[in-house]
Amino acid sequence: MISPALVIGSSFAYLLLLFAIATYGDRRASQGRSLIANSWTYALSLCVYCTAWTYFGSVGRAASGGVWFLPIYLGPTLAMVLGWLVIRKMIRIARTYRITSIADFIGSRYGKSPLLAGLVTLIAVVGIVPYIALQLKAISAGYALLTSPAGQALNEPLSWHQDSTFYVALALAGFTMMFGARHLDSTKRHEGMVAAIAFESVVKLVAFLAVGVFVVYGLFNGLGDIFARAAAKPELQKLVRLEQGSRFAWTQWFALTLLSMLSVLFLPRQFQVMVVENVQESHLRRAVWVFPLYLLAINLLVLPIALGGLLFFEGSAMNPETFVLSLPLAAGQHALALFVFIGGLSAATGMVIVETIAVSTMVSNELVMPALLRTRRFRAGGGLDISRRLLIIRRAAILLVLVLGYAYFHIAGEAYALVSIGLISFAAVAQFAPAVLGGLYWKGGTRAGALAGLLAGFAMWAYTLMLPSIAKSGWMDTDFLAQGLFGLALLKPEQLLGLQGLDSLTHALFWSLLVNVGAYVGVALWRAPSGQEASQALLFVDVFRRTGTSSPVFWRGRATVPDLLALCERFLGAQRARLILETYARERGARQIEDLRPDAQLVSFVEHQLGGAVGSASARVLVASVAEEETLTPADVLRILDEASQVRAHSRELEDKSRSLERATQELRQANEQLKSLDRLKDDFVSSVTHELRTPLTSIRALAELMRDDADMPVAQRQQFMGIIAGETERLSRLVNQVLDMAKIESGHAEWHNTDVDMPALLKQAVATTAELFKERGAQLHLHLPASGPQVMPRLRTDPDRLMQVMLNLLSNAAKFVPRGGAVQVRLRHDAQGVSVQVQDNGPGVPEAQQALIFEKFRQGGDALNRPQGTGLGLPISRHIIAHLGGRLWLDASSAAGACFQFDLPWKPPQGLPFLPATSSEAPA
Amino acid sequence: MSVAKILVADDEPNIVISLEYLMKREGYEVLVARDGQEALDTILRERPALVLLDVMMPKKTGFEVCQAVRSDEALSLVRIVMLTAKGRDTDIAKGLALGANAYMTKPFSTRELVTKVAELLAAAP
Repeated sequence: MISPALVIGSSFAYLLLLFAIATYGDRRASQGRSLIANSWTYALSLCVYCTAWTYFGSVGRAASGGVWFLPIYLGPTLAMVLGWLVIRKMIRIARTYRITSIADFIGSRYGKSPLLAGLVTLIAVVGIVPYIALQLKAISAGYALLTSPAGQALNEPLSWHQDSTFYVALALAGFTMMFGARHLDSTKRHEGMVAAIAFESVVKLVAFLAVGVFVVYGLFNGLGDIFARAAAKPELQKLVRLEQGSRFAWTQWFALTLLSMLSVLFLPRQFQVMVVENVQESHLRRAVWVFPLYLLAINLLVLPIALGGLLFFEGSAMNPETFVLSLPLAAGQHALALFVFIGGLSAATGMVIVETIAVSTMVSNELVMPALLRTRRFRAGGGLDISRRLLIIRRAAILLVLVLGYAYFHIAGEAYALVSIGLISFAAVAQFAPAVLGGLYWKGGTRAGALAGLLAGFAMWAYTLMLPSIAKSGWMDTDFLAQGLFGLALLKPEQLLGLQGLDSLTHALFWSLLVNVGAYVGVALWRAPSGQEASQALLFVDVFRRTGTSSPVFWRGRATVPDLLALCERFLGAQRARLILETYARERGARQIEDLRPDAQLVSFVEHQLGGAVGSASARVLVASVAEEETLTPADVLRILDEASQVRAHSRELEDKSRSLERATQELRQANEQLKSLDRLKDDFVSSVTHELRTPLTSIRALAELMRDDADMPVAQRQQFMGIIAGETERLSRLVNQVLDMAKIESGHAEWHNTDVDMPALLKQAVATTAELFKERGAQLHLHLPASGPQVMPRLRTDPDRLMQVMLNLLSNAAKFVPRGGAVQVRLRHDAQGVSVQVQDNGPGVPEAQQALIFEKFRQGGDALNRPQGTGLGLPISRHIIAHLGGRLWLDASSAAGACFQFDLPWKPPQGLPFLPATSSEAPA
Repeated sequence: MSVAKILVADDEPNIVISLEYLMKREGYEVLVARDGQEALDTILRERPALVLLDVMMPKKTGFEVCQAVRSDEALSLVRIVMLTAKGRDTDIAKGLALGANAYMTKPFSTRELVTKVAELLAAAP
């Protein structure tokens, strides 16, 4: 045994540590450096799912049912993996509409119904208080085990004031009041509390793994050893099988999985940490895999501990639910046992703290508040500031819930096994599922339907599960169990209407969910939703579609700003109310609160703010009390929705317009840049053309003036000058023609007349035309056509005049550069793609420095003295023409001797706009 | 007074023919250069009194030639008349900034050119 002082001292030291962490978390939050704005903290806080029930109960369940402890953890894993979209939607709704609890969520969804929220609260209290008791019991049992001498029977229950559990409960109440009811606004996150919970999740996991490792490797020789020894014993061997010796009860497995799936979504504490305390939706992404992983880790060693315990204590009647404590104790590992106890304590306190916050918020907002609001004095309490009183109410509710839990534990402490209380609670919470899931995705769900479903489901739960378990505890006559109510066999609680073959939990879950869903859907279909219900349905179901300013405000009536301000001041505190409304006024563009218009937006804003403090149902009542409201009909809802969607359409249109305007600006800017660069090109072109025009003009003018001024010029001299003038004039007109031609082709205004062209004939004609030129130069011109095979060369679809222009240009170029006595070769080849033509001279070739320039305008090859009278436009024009016809013209630099120009043409010119080559002249490699 | 030497530097053969004829008619001794490099070499060798210098020439532009001449103390007496087919103001400013004594745009009036040449030669010491 361990001395009670040590155990109590350690426990309170641990609670103090929690206290310190929570204080630190709150301090960080107030400095704006949140500890919990972190997806790891969020994921760990979700692990509050693992309570003392997991910590102690799983081993107990594994010791009797083998792998049947698993569905409770498979369910949440499935819920996280499959249901994260549902969770995300709940988070978004809770954030948008300032939802404070699951009761608020359901009440708000169905027309902000106080009645519905109250019913949910009642169900939650009835279902959860035993669960809280269970945690206290676990602490108490653990404490008793640690402090009792080995082998001695556990102490009889003490009276409450001697019971350390009572003081633990009080300490937890203090902690919860301190960190859970700090702000009036329940939608404000409890940063310190969440930080502490995340810490507790780490502690309980480490402690559980520690004892697991100790059992597996300290008491036994590893997993293989435990399983081998267990396999040797028939009664242990069946534990590791699904069948458990009889047929595998798949319905029960399914029911347990479903039940825990629903609980992880709808347990008040899970809703609290998962939805209300969520800082950022994106944190869910990490939680979706961290939380299941945590569950896997904490379950990994459950079966080995259970088997190890059964083997270790063989023969003695040790309670398997305390194996995690009794094994290290029995082995004399007192420090480990104490650590494991602290782990259990953390599992229990984590659950108690969060659950108490959640349930107390529900109790104060959904039960106490509406009751108080019914008293005239409270509602119309003049200038009375109620905000402080609200906090007191919430703290009182915390104390009340914990005292209820302790009382339940004290009275019924020994009556149930741990696991069954947990499952009964789960089944109660599962009754929220139809109303919540239906409310999230079905606009047709109504308040009456939700009420009917919850009442029916809850009644069925009470009759088929709660009452039998009370009866089995011996507090009630069990006759009705065996005989049925009023002796009617059909009304046997655990075999209702003669349904047999199911265990009591599956049976109860089946009936309660069946009547719940049936009543919910049936009643909802029977009566159409009211305006208020329809509007909330729209806001919830379409939450992702309506956000921001365009979200519709479903309110019609008259209110005054002073009334609304007074209401806020009473329930939120004067200072905070003014601050909130002033901020709102500034956002609206008003200078002060008094300048605000009391429109539907303001009323709805005030209602949201109040909702964060007192819950949406009470907030609705409060606002209604200061405003003259018109009852919304479903038609009104549709009209408001229509208006809102028009506003949204307008704003979307505006957005579209500004986006397209932006695009147009961008395009204009680009076009402008392009124009600028074209303008520069044009400037250069004009400047070049000017230069080219002025040069011949200079000679013409000078020579003409010389002849004019000298009447006695010798005839021969005069003849020479006249010849030059005639030549330069010819050059001028050629230049003008080519400039125009170039401009036409470049601007795309040139006319193209494509026909089927006989290439050999065209080449022959070109050669004949330039034959005289070559004869003058004393050079030879050879035409090489493909050997005429059996089939004639196909016709080429192209513009013959343009192609002739190119050929003549290439040939006259060659004629200019071919040396006297040289030769020019023209070759025609064709293949599947098209034809290729080569014009090669055996002249000096194009110097490397000029190769890159010859296709640019006004760049002529050759040196100044013997440069032929070209215009510098022939090659650029030719290249444009060939490109337009779908081919390519280039200077074959690989040619060894002379210049070799070559072009390719496809059999058919390309469709559509021609590709205009850049003025650069890079030859293809 | 001896006959003044004038260098005609242009890469257009027909312009050279007309300028050569014009200057010879006025009684000057005429030298010819067909590109920038040849022009510079001739100036260094012959020290002409005046150069009719085309701007757009191969190898060395008229601007480069002008700059080279002006950077040589020994050639400070050589008058330079820039001739260009590019009549843009910036070109004229550039030529004058580089130390040309006059700037004429092609096509020029033969009379004006003759007058300008005579003026520049008369102003010379």
